[in-house]
Amino acid sequence: MAGVPDSVLIANRGEIARRVIRTARRLGVRAIAVYSEADAGLPYVAEADEAVSIGPAPAKDSYLNVPAILAAAKQTGARSIHPGYGFLAESADFAQQVIDAGLTWIGPPPDAIDQMGDKIRARNLMQAAGVPVAAGTQDPVQDVDEALRRAETIGYPVMIKAAAGGGGIGMSVALDPEQLRKGFETARSRAERFFASPAILLERYISSARHVEIQILGLADGQVIALGERDCSVQRRHQKVAEETPSPGVSPELRERMFQAAIRAGEAVGYRGAGTVECLVDTQTGDFVFLEMNTRLQVEHPVTEMVTGIDLVEQQFLIADGLAANIPAQSFQPNGCALELRVYAEDPVRFLPSPGTITQWDEPAGPGVRVDAGYAAGNVVTPYYDPLLAKLVTHGATRDEALARAIQAVAGFAIAGLKTNLPFHVDLLNSAQFGSGDYDTSIVSHLRP
Amino acid sequence: MTEIRAEMVANVWKVVAVEGDSVADGDTLVILESMKMEIPVLAEGSGKLARLAVAEGDVIQEGDLIAVIE
Repeated sequence: MAGVPDSVLIANRGEIARRVIRTARRLGVRAIAVYSEADAGLPYVAEADEAVSIGPAPAKDSYLNVPAILAAAKQTGARSIHPGYGFLAESADFAQQVIDAGLTWIGPPPDAIDQMGDKIRARNLMQAAGVPVAAGTQDPVQDVDEALRRAETIGYPVMIKAAAGGGGIGMSVALDPEQLRKGFETARSRAERFFASPAILLERYISSARHVEIQILGLADGQVIALGERDCSVQRRHQKVAEETPSPGVSPELRERMFQAAIRAGEAVGYRGAGTVECLVDTQTGDFVFLEMNTRLQVEHPVTEMVTGIDLVEQQFLIADGLAANIPAQSFQPNGCALELRVYAEDPVRFLPSPGTITQWDEPAGPGVRVDAGYAAGNVVTPYYDPLLAKLVTHGATRDEALARAIQAVAGFAIAGLKTNLPFHVDLLNSAQFGSGDYDTSIVSHLRP
Repeated sequence: MTEIRAEMVANVWKVVAVEGDSVADGDTLVILESMKMEIPVLAEGSGKLARLAVAEGDVIQEGDLIAVIE
């Protein structure tokens, strides 16, 4: 395709590296993988046109090793870098270094990443842009005493969060001052360890909420569009396990309001490319508040692709090179329903990690079934990275059809050699609560009391 | 004597207890990290922590000895 860079280095691993390679191939873009010593045998390394070893297994020595990644780009003559999600995807500093090296950064402007990266700043910015936010702190909470004072004003229950955080790490709910004392210290130590920043914020906790996010695209000409919502209320430890679109808990009127807010959020930071505005919908009041913006491709982006027919990675490539996006008008009228199940290497009861060697890997196939997998038989799943093995996505004309296909596909997914959460997905899909569509973020705790 | 062994491959993130300590059932001895998750290893029974077989930064395999309580 004319215009897009002729080559891309994917600064990531596993299923998302493979996913980006697939679109790069289709567009005739040379795909370059990077891998740590632990990942040399994974499918994405073999499927790339070229692959470069960038260091030992720990992420800080490989996938977070900026000099090694930039050196790999130089060595292979890569013209652009796609960061995937996680690792360096939301590092404004890395984005700037990529740009300074004369490469195309397949992501939003570094300044937009920066503005949304700190949750306190993002909250304040959104409030100023007219996007609803929950009652909370407008600057970092310094110590426990201040936290206790602030919580009195906000009102319990409060959510404790790392301002630089993500992935649910360091987040906890405090119902009273006692829990706040405990949660504050834990959140602070984790924030320092995982995000190298001790800044903590407090927010009013919504006790019954759905997690609903809006996919946006900031086009090359500056226009921001909304491409539908995803309901990500099925979570364990504040991390998503299953997602669906459309959300069964969002009325057309609420959807329209959320779309407008998400567009304002994107416009407020001059957003370009694919991004996601995460919100909480209060199931009691039917109102929503801004949670955070993820300035990158989202793990669960395939459900949006299934109902819109759009390849979001292709749009990222086009927009990064200043080209018009390839979005047919009918994409704005979602076609049917889609469901994604995250297949994790973890036991299906306590959700504890289960690394190991995969002795069998047989993926389901069929109408409306898509599998984005990072592994194959013979691969070793190591403890160094997150537990995501694959994403099982199904599409149907109706929610019931997508659900029925998911039940069948889960039964047809055979993985042996380590524990997976597939048995949990069987329970989820067959539960009356999930089946009804009437659930909130507590659904996993009901299924696994 | 109780031997506490690793349930999975993991990195030893933090060693909380000290060899020779008296520990109570459920006390956190060590915190492991695997797949971006922290997993506390707890004392199974009360007594003296006779041996602590891991150090921070170690990579341990499933079944490896972590601690001995007497």
